[in-house]
Amino acid sequence: MTAEGPIRRTPIRLLALGRDYPRVAAAAALVLLLFLIAAVAPLISPHDPLAISPDDSYLRPLSPGHPLGTDDLGRDLMSRVLWGARASLPVAFVAVAVGLVAGGIIGLISGYAGGLSDLLLMRFVDALLAFPGLILAIAIVAALGPGLRNAMIAIGIVAIPVYARLIRAVVLQLKQLEFVTATRSLGATPLRLIVGHVIPNLLNPVIVQVSLSAGFAILAEATLSFLGLGAQLPTPDWGQMINSGAGFLNNDPWLAIIPGAAISVTVFSFNWLGDALRDALDPRLRG
Amino acid sequence: MTTYVLRRLLLMLPVAFLVTVGVFLLIHLTPGDPALILLGEDRSPQAIAQIHQQLGLDKPLYVQYVIWLGRIAHGDLGRSITTHQPVGTAIAERLPATVELGLAALFWSLIVAIPLGTIAAVRRGSIADQIATGISVGGVSIPNFFIGIVLIFVLSVTWRLFPFGGYVAFTKDPFENLRHIVLPAIALGTAGTAINMRFTRSSMIEVLNNDYIRTAMAKGASWRRVVFIHALKNALIPVVTIVGLQIGGIIEGAVVTETVFTWPGVGRLAVESIFNRDYTVVQGIVLLAAFSYMVANLLVDLVYGWLDPRISYS
Amino acid sequence: MSARLLELEDVHTQLTLREGVVRAVDGVSFHVDAGETLGIVGESGSGKSMTALSIMRLLPRSGRIIGGSIRFKGRELRDLAEAEMEALRGTDIAMIFQDPMTSLNPVYRTGWQVGEPLRIHRHVKTAASVAAAVGLFKKVGIPEPEKRAMQYPHMFSGGMRQRAMIAMGLSTGPSLLIADEPTTALDVTIQAQILDLLRHLNREFGTATILITHNLGVVAGMCDRVIVMYAGRIVEEGRTEDVFANPEHPYTWSLLRSIPRLDAEVRGRLQPIEGSPPDMARLPEGCKFRSRCSFAIDRCATEEPELRQVRSQLTRCWVTQGGVSLESQSDLD
Repeated sequence: MTAEGPIRRTPIRLLALGRDYPRVAAAAALVLLLFLIAAVAPLISPHDPLAISPDDSYLRPLSPGHPLGTDDLGRDLMSRVLWGARASLPVAFVAVAVGLVAGGIIGLISGYAGGLSDLLLMRFVDALLAFPGLILAIAIVAALGPGLRNAMIAIGIVAIPVYARLIRAVVLQLKQLEFVTATRSLGATPLRLIVGHVIPNLLNPVIVQVSLSAGFAILAEATLSFLGLGAQLPTPDWGQMINSGAGFLNNDPWLAIIPGAAISVTVFSFNWLGDALRDALDPRLRG
Repeated sequence: MTTYVLRRLLLMLPVAFLVTVGVFLLIHLTPGDPALILLGEDRSPQAIAQIHQQLGLDKPLYVQYVIWLGRIAHGDLGRSITTHQPVGTAIAERLPATVELGLAALFWSLIVAIPLGTIAAVRRGSIADQIATGISVGGVSIPNFFIGIVLIFVLSVTWRLFPFGGYVAFTKDPFENLRHIVLPAIALGTAGTAINMRFTRSSMIEVLNNDYIRTAMAKGASWRRVVFIHALKNALIPVVTIVGLQIGGIIEGAVVTETVFTWPGVGRLAVESIFNRDYTVVQGIVLLAAFSYMVANLLVDLVYGWLDPRISYS
Repeated sequence: MSARLLELEDVHTQLTLREGVVRAVDGVSFHVDAGETLGIVGESGSGKSMTALSIMRLLPRSGRIIGGSIRFKGRELRDLAEAEMEALRGTDIAMIFQDPMTSLNPVYRTGWQVGEPLRIHRHVKTAASVAAAVGLFKKVGIPEPEKRAMQYPHMFSGGMRQRAMIAMGLSTGPSLLIADEPTTALDVTIQAQILDLLRHLNREFGTATILITHNLGVVAGMCDRVIVMYAGRIVEEGRTEDVFANPEHPYTWSLLRSIPRLDAEVRGRLQPIEGSPPDMARLPEGCKFRSRCSFAIDRCATEEPELRQVRSQLTRCWVTQGGVSLESQSDLD
């Protein structure tokens, strides 16, 4: 194996990556499929996920017209699960974006400027890290009030430290490299340096982390919604569907089990992708 | 060693300060006036002002913080807004159940993770390794509340082997206590199992590549001796870190599991308090969670040095 | 039954790597007699360590012995069950490794580790084995042995660790000690001390020693016979003084030119060997050393020479087998 540094100078080519690492391609395909489902859920759902029809309540899966059955209010479970993707995936997307942008800015400033700003910003990050992730998310949602939007913000804040640290580490590493010193002495502005050199070098570690933290974000969103702190009724949301379904385990267990399976598959897809990408992009971690 | 501990404690101070500020602000960022919750029907401006004065809410924010911090330092976390019970007492009543559950979950995760992770590392690519990989990916992907619900459905609703929730004190009936703890401990421990197994496996693989393993084999040590005596002690050093953090994070995991299994611990208290808008209790629990996590971090570092003779704290 | 202590015949070992299948040991035959010291010399990647690991049957996961015979005291090691092999390792055949920094387990006390072969093979109790380790420490020249035995490896210097490794190797009084680059990681002065110790122990206990090194200088004062390896093959074999006086393979010849000597004026300037060892996954046709050889003739490109007797040595070279002396050739340069 050729010894490659911890950082590759050129950004990865995703297509080539998928060709060389079939696991990456498979995991990426699964993730894309989930996004696709979220996008076309209104088109492929057999029913309105919110339509109540008491006459059709508690239908078992494989009932005519209701492939996954119906819940206590006669709402179509299939439609609700498909629509649930529209709650979970955007939350993951926004939360990761919040974490990445805020953490990225902190990391860039901290690593680039060093000195006092580095010290202060890193203590702030340490303080965020001092909270167990879910406790921090719950505390923030408790403060801001329950709801999907606040859950997104809370999960995003929880994700800040990992990006701040990651990006700071890469920036510090880059500062040591000769080409950065060279570009700098040629009079490149900090912004130019960041856009031209820092960001391309960050792509690989960030892509891996984004995928892993999307998995965490979906899990956290489901947890918050399960506790009643995330999506509010009547929004179809997987975590919340499990919560209400848990009351019917005796006779209608699928009301909890089907959305649970949906969450598990989704989180698994992102974790799997992150894992596969890490193996593919980081030669140090190959076992 | 003592100086190292002192230095670490000193470094913890600014972080601890920021944590208290954060937790303090939590209550003040909260929309809604606690006075309104306290007063219920009688919402005359005089009554509200009176409550504000009682709670010190009429003072500037930083003064309120200093007063609050002073109280915390004396172990006074305030009183519950709904039950008027001291928050410290409320938490202390619920904490044993949480700790019991957390330790049971940790125990479960370790007795599965360490042997399976070791076998997976030694026999890479074997069926055991594939099972281990499956658990390690699945365990962190399946939400623990969902695992709890599936366990309830299979083992308690369908097979009636275990109760589906509730708590019996060990002092009252040890057998019932254990019967009640099995399902929540498995549900709570599964994520830990996955993480610990992954750690054990990768750490073991790394250790097995070391020269001293070859030395041990050149001495004529059997595979079992090489793995369990020469490799395992080295391989478990990083696992201790992660386990220490898991101990520090017991309250976090408990929030959801206790809700699923109606387990009367701190986690469920936290969720109840959020819905009751009982922010002093929430604040107390968040503070406790953060500090136990920080202390666990510190302890892990110290234990690490004790386990690995190469590290010296000079 | 053979009178030889160790006898290798046409041993082939291959490694299955990402880059392809590498024939790390390619038809190696040699022997070691009781009490004898044999040097195996070669660059890294020449297959000398893989030869040693093949004897010990401690090849990495990717490695496998695919042919030949390895007999120790008349027993075919390749046929032994793993348990029988374990019973042999650390008792009758001991091995010490290159890097003393990483070859000791960091989390156990050195005395515990040095006494371990006695616990494994002689069923000695822990306390007695550590006491034996203290005795061995004294023998290999570790000062304050009682105190040292209770310390962890990180508190030892490199030289002391290698002494501890040697003590460990000798704890059971083996008939054969394989020392794989025992001095490479050490300072020059410490190197000399360790070699002295090995020589001394070899005389005192009559332990046969295989000394693996990339440094011909190490071999000179230590070994009765020397084997030179290149690209998984033996290219020259002979008595040490013969090989040093009259190398019959251009590779040996270049190795000798590359070490500084007191009579340097006679030999000319210190010469590094030009070029680099061949890619083991894609070996060229003919003689494997040809691309770096200043004596090469046409035949070297197409046919690989056998190992044949030339004067007092065995060599794998068309030029010397054809009767030409390397010294007279190089004088023409």
